Amino acid sequence: MLYRENGQFKTSYRSDLQIFPILQDRFAIALLLAAAYLVVPLLASDYLFRAILIPFLIMALAALGVNILVGYCGQISLGSGAFMAAGAYGAYNFFARIPDMPLVPAILLGGLCATAFGILFGLPSLRVKGLYLAVATLAAQFFADWAFLRVKWLVNDSPSGSVGVSALSVLGLPIDSALSKYWFCLVMLTVIALLAKNLVRGAIGREWMAIRDMDVAAAVIGIRPMYAKLSAFAVSSFIVGVAGALWAFVYLGTWEPAAFSVDLSFRLLFMVIIGGLGSIMGGFFGAAFIVVLPIALNQFLPTLAGAVGLNISTAGLSHAELMIFGALIIWFLIVEPHGLARLWSTGKQKLRLWPFPH
Amino acid sequence: MKLRSLLTTGLVAAAALSAASAFAQAKEQFFPLLSYRTGPYAPNGTPWANGKQDYLKMINARDGGINGVKLTWEECETGYATDRGVECYERLKGRPGVTLFDPQATGITFALTDKVAADKIPLLTLGYGLSVAQDGQAFPWNFPLMGSYWTAADVLVQHLVKKDGNLKGKKIALVYHDSPFGKEPIPLLQERARMNGFELLLIPVTAPGVEQKAAWLQVRQQRPDYVMLWGWGVMNSTALKEAQATGYPRDKMYGVWWAGAEPDVKDVGEGAKGYHALNLNSSGTQPKVIQDILKTVHEKGQGTGPKDEVGSVLYTRGVIIQALSVEAVRRAQERFGKGKVMTPEQVRWGLENLNLDQKRLDQLGLTGVIRPLSTSCSDHMGSTWVRVQTWDGAKWNITSDWYQADESIIKPMVKAGAEKYLSDKKLSRRAVADCQS
Repeated sequence: MLYRENGQFKTSYRSDLQIFPILQDRFAIALLLAAAYLVVPLLASDYLFRAILIPFLIMALAALGVNILVGYCGQISLGSGAFMAAGAYGAYNFFARIPDMPLVPAILLGGLCATAFGILFGLPSLRVKGLYLAVATLAAQFFADWAFLRVKWLVNDSPSGSVGVSALSVLGLPIDSALSKYWFCLVMLTVIALLAKNLVRGAIGREWMAIRDMDVAAAVIGIRPMYAKLSAFAVSSFIVGVAGALWAFVYLGTWEPAAFSVDLSFRLLFMVIIGGLGSIMGGFFGAAFIVVLPIALNQFLPTLAGAVGLNISTAGLSHAELMIFGALIIWFLIVEPHGLARLWSTGKQKLRLWPFPH
Repeated sequence: MKLRSLLTTGLVAAAALSAASAFAQAKEQFFPLLSYRTGPYAPNGTPWANGKQDYLKMINARDGGINGVKLTWEECETGYATDRGVECYERLKGRPGVTLFDPQATGITFALTDKVAADKIPLLTLGYGLSVAQDGQAFPWNFPLMGSYWTAADVLVQHLVKKDGNLKGKKIALVYHDSPFGKEPIPLLQERARMNGFELLLIPVTAPGVEQKAAWLQVRQQRPDYVMLWGWGVMNSTALKEAQATGYPRDKMYGVWWAGAEPDVKDVGEGAKGYHALNLNSSGTQPKVIQDILKTVHEKGQGTGPKDEVGSVLYTRGVIIQALSVEAVRRAQERFGKGKVMTPEQVRWGLENLNLDQKRLDQLGLTGVIRPLSTSCSDHMGSTWVRVQTWDGAKWNITSDWYQADESIIKPMVKAGAEKYLSDKKLSRRAVADCQS
């Protein structure tokens, strides 16, 4: 009864085109944002911030970027970890080499490095698509693995190949406490998510979706495939690159190339597929599922096992975590192949008709 | 309905968990144990983790803790992955009575180095981690006790010089795990190559190291006089098998101490005969500390792993790590009050003032396992004693005298590396007065 749009008339194009056309949605989002910015900081512990919320926010941002490429433009990519690495090492080089480089421009410049890298490795998408492209983008991953391990210049001549940053600050405010890191990531995520949402609603997003749905038809109606595909690679890898820079700077602090290995590329792709292809919200759901669930399982399982009188070893716990996680992935994909975001919108649709479904 | 029952289960679990953690507030010294019993490094990570746990159990059972303070611990599985390691660290660092962290992985050590400085918790990296962290005034919270990759590489070169007389014009290949772990020794080996006049070939192997065909093709082409093996986990046994397939003589191969345990050679057996590796600690069940563990823990059926692995190389290394940690707590108690739970900062004082002479080692049951070591505020390593061992097809035998790393090479490199680290991070050296607290 509560969730319906009766009586909400749209009398201008402006109101018809807003992001959340239903009043209750606007209300809910405002509440959610207020909770994320103000209530969570009051309640969350240091551990929750550093180990769960911050990685969740950063991975949500990365998944959002991957979703633009994979979900909206239909260009399957296995090189997301490489784009994150390009962002992280790009930002690191600006930050370490230029004296008094401010943090935010360094991260954005890192994102631009990832953009250039993404466009370069997006070029094959003009010729190949689908699984073939997925394999071609894998080359980006291997290239990045090679470059950041071997090219000394990229890691500022660090003998071990591991680099780190410290003393981060924005406009004179230090980013070292858990709370400041959380807010910093949250602001980045909010701003970029809003931009991305508007981008996919606009002309360029429609071009991407047209290319995804049928590229020949899109070309016939006047969409330039080259422009659409490369712009999707550019925007996506920019966002992924920013997420990579945040992952390195804010979450890890000191990192090595293995932090952006091919595993990460796969995890990002899983986030997008499980979260929901072609949906901004899907990135958030997917990141929550992939980042938070294993850790939550890892902590709850001993208690659950203890409740039925079992004692579970560390190794057994780790195996159980993998098995349950894998089973859940399969279960979710069978129940809803379009991901968690589709489950959510189905739920919303049902709510609209409740209590008199027809 | 289904969803609701799922939600209820989740909430019940959450409530149970918070209740469980609320109970654990007693006066106990807590040891967070980061471990990996799964993944490609599990064969080596498991005995190590078992040794660490068994030692704590033994101290509780035999001595009733440290001067009456009970020891508690919790394992957290990292799978050798840096992000999971960071998560484990964040999860366990806030526990009451937390002592110190031993992350068991070079990658996690790198990621934690900045974090422990902010949280003021010591980071014990026995035989691994950052080589430059030997400089305690630049790295107040890192403790690479007993040696680093630089001291290991230096000793290996010394051993070859002693064997061969002169390395001039010789070719030495470094087959290394392509990660910070494998790359750490390179600067020192390059320095040594300049000094001793040998040619250094760098042959990387991509992690985790099961694919080494290309690396050994290079070895076959270049025919180096010696191969140094800088591997961990499955990479070591693979390298030995590849050497066998390539026909490279195993007695020309020298591994670091992380490539010199039973899991590395057992599967290769006879094929690894003649292979040498550094020996940071002895193995076997003769030492008193191992006997005590067998008596007070394993014979009561409370052992952590299989009984026949007790006393293996990595198991013993776990025991030593834990023995030194416990000793640091005991040392700290001598100053800050016996029978009290030590804070991480007090434990750091203990780690900086370790003075294990032969008499103390005998008391601890570590006779013949390690050499005496003593640390200070500026030297966080304590000692660099190490021997070389050789695999005879069935067991490891010690085949050399004790070596120490050459101070005249290591010292300036540590100093320069630490200075670079400090200037990169815009930090300053620790004040001398800080050493007393």
